Amino acid sequence: MSVDVRVNDIGLERNEYTGSPSTLCKGCGHNSIANQIISVAYELSINPHRVVKLSGIGCSSKSPAYFLGRSHGFNGLHGRMPSIATGVTTVNRDLIAIGVSGDGDTGSIGLGQFKHLIRRNIPMVYIVENNGVYGLTKGQFSATADQGQVLKYAGVNELPPIDICLEALAAEATFVARSFAGDPAQVRELLKAALSHNGTAVLDIISPCVTFNNHETSTKSYPWGKQHEEALQDITYVPYAEPIMVDYDEGEVQIVELHDGSRIQLKKLDPASHDPTDRRAAMELLEQARENMEFPTGLIYYDGSRQPFAEVSGLIDTPLTHLPEDRLRPPREALDRVLAKLTCC
Amino acid sequence: MTDVQRAELAASAAGKGTVVNDFQIIVATVNGTGSQTANTVLIRALFRMGIPVTGKNIFPSNIQGLPTWFTIRLSKDGYIARRETSEILVAMNRNTLQQDIDDLPSGGVCFYPAEWKIKHHRDDIVYYPMPVNELVNQADVPRNLRDYVANMVYVGALAALLEIDLGEIEGALNFHFDGKQKPVDLNMGVVRLAYDYAMDHLPKVDPYRVERMNGTGGKILLDGNSAAALGSVFGGVSLIAWYPITPSTSLIDAAREYLKELRIDPETGKATYAVIQAEDELAAIGMVVGAGWAGARAMTATSGPGISLMAEFAGLAYFAEVPAVIWDVQRVGPSTGLPTRTSQGDVLFAYTLGHGDTKHPVLLPADIKECFEFGWRVFDLAERLQTLVFVLSDLDLGMNLWMSEPFEYPDEPMDRGKVLTAEDLERLGGFSRYKDVDGDGIAYRTLPGTDHRLAAYFTRGTGHNERAIYSEAPEDWVQNMERLNRKFNTARDLVPQPVIDRAEGAQFGLIAYGTTHHAVVEARDRLREQGIEFDYLRLRALPPNNVTRDFIAGHERVYVFENNADGQMARILQMEFPELAGRIISLAYLDGLPLAPRRLVEMITEKESAFA
Repeated sequence: MSVDVRVNDIGLERNEYTGSPSTLCKGCGHNSIANQIISVAYELSINPHRVVKLSGIGCSSKSPAYFLGRSHGFNGLHGRMPSIATGVTTVNRDLIAIGVSGDGDTGSIGLGQFKHLIRRNIPMVYIVENNGVYGLTKGQFSATADQGQVLKYAGVNELPPIDICLEALAAEATFVARSFAGDPAQVRELLKAALSHNGTAVLDIISPCVTFNNHETSTKSYPWGKQHEEALQDITYVPYAEPIMVDYDEGEVQIVELHDGSRIQLKKLDPASHDPTDRRAAMELLEQARENMEFPTGLIYYDGSRQPFAEVSGLIDTPLTHLPEDRLRPPREALDRVLAKLTCC
Repeated sequence: MTDVQRAELAASAAGKGTVVNDFQIIVATVNGTGSQTANTVLIRALFRMGIPVTGKNIFPSNIQGLPTWFTIRLSKDGYIARRETSEILVAMNRNTLQQDIDDLPSGGVCFYPAEWKIKHHRDDIVYYPMPVNELVNQADVPRNLRDYVANMVYVGALAALLEIDLGEIEGALNFHFDGKQKPVDLNMGVVRLAYDYAMDHLPKVDPYRVERMNGTGGKILLDGNSAAALGSVFGGVSLIAWYPITPSTSLIDAAREYLKELRIDPETGKATYAVIQAEDELAAIGMVVGAGWAGARAMTATSGPGISLMAEFAGLAYFAEVPAVIWDVQRVGPSTGLPTRTSQGDVLFAYTLGHGDTKHPVLLPADIKECFEFGWRVFDLAERLQTLVFVLSDLDLGMNLWMSEPFEYPDEPMDRGKVLTAEDLERLGGFSRYKDVDGDGIAYRTLPGTDHRLAAYFTRGTGHNERAIYSEAPEDWVQNMERLNRKFNTARDLVPQPVIDRAEGAQFGLIAYGTTHHAVVEARDRLREQGIEFDYLRLRALPPNNVTRDFIAGHERVYVFENNADGQMARILQMEFPELAGRIISLAYLDGLPLAPRRLVEMITEKESAFA
């Protein structure tokens, strides 16, 4: 009996993109996101050896173990994934970096590194699995929790939230999107677009914590998300060299071209709605959502013009890690030349 | 001073004979007034005359306005340790004028601006007033540069009275300004005016002078931070991430200059390196760890407060086994401490930096030649051992000018350590990231991007088994930590070995490390004159091995001399060799200044008298 095994363009099966079994809670939003990463990497025929998975500390940061088992992974320190990512991607420009962080990891302890990563426009997909709560330490509010939220043990949150997307925009992010783990189709298309971006792509994905923060009044819960999510666009990722099939009225669809020649087709769901290439509009959108407790999702901002860090730094295209010894250690004559200047008489 | 007094002093000076190439000049200035150029030019001119010379800048944590002292020691015998007494004062700071004069020894010399009034004259010293304003006015100097070139007045006056060759001063100016004629001429013009003035108006009445000798032929003059930077470049460093902090900043500045010169790709004109100014030291070491994990040679340079912030990453690098290099140019702590003063106060902290059972190899350069050598060698060690390696320099070594034999080109190819390629993986059929295949505690690693289906592994700071899988199993934990200990023991024989200098009839042993070495060299000669002989071991790295153990075991008592208050190295050695702990006696002292030979002589004399 022959089994028909589906493979992608580089001949890999989907299960070659999976990781270890998840040890997160059943129904955790993070598992859903891990599954979308697996699907996207398979669909885009990404070679697993080119990917590095990076994370900090927390429930979200465990998840790189649960996808792309054939990619190198580095589960680093709490809030410090951005600096590790900066080091890795700077010395090896061939790698595709996928970072997974959480709201504690990014919005509190790692806020500084997060913003500086964005400021440098380090090329990577930076996913924040945002659930407004600390899971591993059992139910404290995180800095992204909305004001007035109630948790069983922590009580009422009296402080205003830190908005990951606003922080990213303020730091001159070049790709900012918000999504919902309960909307896998959108997560998938945004992931594809993010992987085609040559700079930091921030995906703030509301990813409910089923154990500590999934009650109906929680703005980071499945029920709330399902009720309140307002997708800004119907997003379709169109790979390089594939034609765009436009069957909408003019003005309804915005095409955004990405660095690698691929495009995203954004069907606006409200004709007067958001232009993701307008930074001020993006800020305004987020401010309004904050004020009115709204949950807009989709591509919030995109800027393909700003160069990534390695370009700005004038780095050679060849990964520094591939340079042979004779290009790393200057020759004997070079030392002689330097010393001649310093030598007495 | 009357002419009669001057004549008397001259006569008495003549009676004492002259002092040639064996004295110290102290220049008292105000921070930020540009005296650094004058001082380095003087040092280089003396160096070019073949006279062994060292310069030390004792400066404040300040941009402008606070007092600064620069000492220039001439030693025909080649001693380069700090000397406490300066015979010749160049008083360019009005606020400290009286104190500086009071500090002179009897028979000392004071150069000072003639415009200033000295309140309490001392009869036992010589004064040379220099009409600074008048001479600068005579020179054709743009107004905005006047304050700076005013310092050249004392260069000219010293040249006249100490007989420093004007040609060599011009040569030194040429070096300083990289051959740019305009500033050379401008400064030299003032030097000449002051020189001529002094020759005409200031009759020589002190005994100090310089004379050409051949004590510096073939030698180089450089600061330790530049030497470290150059060594790093010849070690193939590809990523430097850092956050500005005194006294390590100039290491990065120098590295950037050398990299620009030596590591630009000739075909594309692009950089084959990255220097990243991070947002803080946590990010700096994070970038280094990321780059090291990815397979690049990466380093950071910092000082005490910086390594405090790097502690968590240091533990990660140790436990996840990632090569990384930290240069710690030590300054005085605790806390912000004395940020512009020198110490050896981070030894204990660096050695065990990180929570839990963490330890790191620590290299201890004593001079600029070792700064260069350890600069490249440290990458071999970090990659061979797959761990964080510290290099502990200090402010005195890093920021002051030192004389040295020229550096030697690395005598061995780079050691990139145990890295498996795709071909290796194909041949082996896989690997276990943390398995001790060779029995030396060092496992094999792969680099991200290795094109093989078995190349990947998951790096984590959490407990893991041999296959890098998360594990909380007690036996996995114990096994892994035992292997890490085995690896640390492997490091004992790989790090730079101690240098032992034995003496006939040695009464005890002495251990020192880093810049303290220079005080030991000089103190040893002086103690020898008193009939005190000792064997000397200079530690060049931690962890120590049997060489150090045997040295300690071979003496009834071993002093450990160091520039911190707690006797940190003495404690480390007592921990390393508990059975010998009773023989180890700490001689520790820290006041922010480099240790002077006198300190050791006194400490030893006092301790030894108790044993006599």
